[in-house]
Amino acid sequence: MQSFYPLETITIKEKVIMSQSIIRVNQLHKSYVTGSNSLHVLKGLDIDIKEGEMVSIMGSSGSGKSTLLNILGILDNYDQGEYYLNDILIQKMSERKAAAFRNKYIGFIFQSFNLISFKNAMENVALPLYYKGVSRKKRNAKALELLDRLGLKDWWNHLPSELSGGQKQRIAIARSLISEPKVILADEPTGALDTQTSYEVLEILKEVNSTGITVIIVTHENDIANMTQRIIRLKDGIIESNHTNVPLADKSSHAIYVNP
Amino acid sequence: MIDYIQEIFSTLRQNKLRAIMTGFSVAWGIFMLIILLGSGKGLENGMEFNFRNTSKNALWIWSRRTQVAHDGLKAGRRINFTVADGDILKRKFEDDMDNFSGRFHLWGDYAVTYKNEYGDFRIEGIMPEFKKIQLVDMLQGRYINEFDIKQFRKSIIISEPVQKHLFKDEEEKPIGKYIRVNGVPFMVVGTFLDPEDKDKKQLYMPLTTTQRIFNGNNRLTEMAISTNATTVAENKRIEDEVRDLLIERHRVAPDDKQAIGIWNTLENFKQAQGVFAGIRMFVWVIGIMTIIAGIVGVSNIMIILVKERTKEIGIRKAIGASPFSIIRLVLSESVLITALAGLMGLIAGMGLLAGVSAILQQVAVENQDVQRAFFNPSADFNVALSALVILVTAGLIAGYIPARKAAAIRPIEALHDE
Ligand SMILES: Nc1ncnc2c1ncn2[C@@H]1O[C@H](COP(=O)(O)OP(=O)(O)OP(=O)(O)O)[C@@H](O)[C@H]1O
Ligand SMILES: [Mg+2]
Repeated sequence: MQSFYPLETITIKEKVIMSQSIIRVNQLHKSYVTGSNSLHVLKGLDIDIKEGEMVSIMGSSGSGKSTLLNILGILDNYDQGEYYLNDILIQKMSERKAAAFRNKYIGFIFQSFNLISFKNAMENVALPLYYKGVSRKKRNAKALELLDRLGLKDWWNHLPSELSGGQKQRIAIARSLISEPKVILADEPTGALDTQTSYEVLEILKEVNSTGITVIIVTHENDIANMTQRIIRLKDGIIESNHTNVPLADKSSHAIYVNP
Repeated sequence: MIDYIQEIFSTLRQNKLRAIMTGFSVAWGIFMLIILLGSGKGLENGMEFNFRNTSKNALWIWSRRTQVAHDGLKAGRRINFTVADGDILKRKFEDDMDNFSGRFHLWGDYAVTYKNEYGDFRIEGIMPEFKKIQLVDMLQGRYINEFDIKQFRKSIIISEPVQKHLFKDEEEKPIGKYIRVNGVPFMVVGTFLDPEDKDKKQLYMPLTTTQRIFNGNNRLTEMAISTNATTVAENKRIEDEVRDLLIERHRVAPDDKQAIGIWNTLENFKQAQGVFAGIRMFVWVIGIMTIIAGIVGVSNIMIILVKERTKEIGIRKAIGASPFSIIRLVLSESVLITALAGLMGLIAGMGLLAGVSAILQQVAVENQDVQRAFFNPSADFNVALSALVILVTAGLIAGYIPARKAAAIRPIEALHDE
């Protein structure tokens, strides 16, 4: 019995050190074909994101950030290369299957929130669970719980049009979290928010990340990117740089290990 | 399931006005269909009412003067049926006939008196079986029976209008009272109502008695047969054979249509029915055309709706809605709009028919002609059921193209920020 105990500690450590790839991309190519023109947007990307990481993707406008994120989110196909999500090769698949994958693994956050205008906060948050077949009572309870955690408990029955940008984005975050995804994909989540609110939203995302969920953020803002552990820079469809944010990595990496 | 319905309603509520406008065209289509079908039914009922007092497969046989010379006999000879004709018909057509009655019609109206009351009425001698050929509703007493015939009884049955005419004291019971026909006393044994013509002033007495008292000897002015034929062709065959037999017996030229006449009710009934079947089909065609117009309307609006909701559908797909669930959403909305609207049209149509029917029934109490032309217009349960099936199908068809469009929406394009 006594020899068993240290061994177990080692296995946990090993798991931490060799932490698994949640997203792995090899030589990814993507072109958009419009009429007779073909626009080569992604020109052979290699990306490896570990489970529990918080990564930002930067690059100038038109560099292919959204394109990449759409592929990672199985909203779009790629032309060449390989994409593994949770070690499953994601290939061209039926829409039904793609929807099931999205529902299971991925939460989306958008710049323009993309809430459904005629549904109140709680209903918006609960919607992914509707498509998972969870009963109304259960999913509403869970939605309220999430709203409470994000400080929006009193706003549950408000329509999106009655809420501020920051509040809307927090509702979108709650919605992305409700199906307990492995990865959150956020395309410029702070793009429509002022600095103060942006920081608040990012704090929330860091907290989310601290529970073990991988977070990938596309952003234009350096200060936002600096709050993540790693920054991947795209330029003209290739990776320009890919480096770890040392000063911040300490603090948040700690959080991951505490709560895998 | 409840969840799913709530989901549909929450999106429909979003476009209330549009849903109502769309539904209106469908409601209108169904409303028109019901009204048209109901009216057709009303006309048909009116027609059936005209045949109500006759056995539906009856042959009415009468005789006139011959038109052409035949077999050494001159034209213009009066053909008279006799009891022997009846006996032979009864024997030869035993297998084809349900009922036979010889008739002795007194020409013109005869004076009938009771106490100080007096009137001229139609009088006819008949056999008990006549009850099954010319249907009447007995009000009091009985019909003419076998004993009346055998014993040459002076029994008589009178229609209600005759009773009202002769028995001014409404308290007075006519049964057992003696009325005089041409001065001869007859005992009233029954009163009746002709359902076809409630104002008909008619008296029936035993055939044998009539022949004896009014110098009929063994003559029959007319004969009536109800056959057991179930098809027009069968009844027609019996008619032809009866005609052949009578033509031969009375030495009438085969092409002399005037001398011996036969009115085949089944044939005429079926002919009328055929006309109404035609009308009914025509009505269905028009109704369905109207509904198709409604479907196209719903379909159009749903397509616009789907276009407007591109973003919402994109969001739904991004968070895990399968194409099937999107198709289901759009189709359900379409079916719901059409079914609900159609149901309202159905209820409105049925309501109107019921109202008209009630009014007609009141009018009919005073004026029978109404009943004869147009009576009890109604769409029955089967029609309502068919309409319902049509509605749901219509909803599915109307929603199909928009639903396909919705399912084909690509989230990346839908969510693209302008
Ligand atoms: N659906 C599409 N069809 C054709 N071309 C497209 C499509 N989506 C994007 N593109 C093109 O691909 C390139 C990359 O677009 P993308 O949206 O990935 O850039 P981005 O890095 O997200 O830019 P931004 O920072 O402005 O959001 C652009 O030149 C864009 O015009
Ligand atoms: Mg972009």
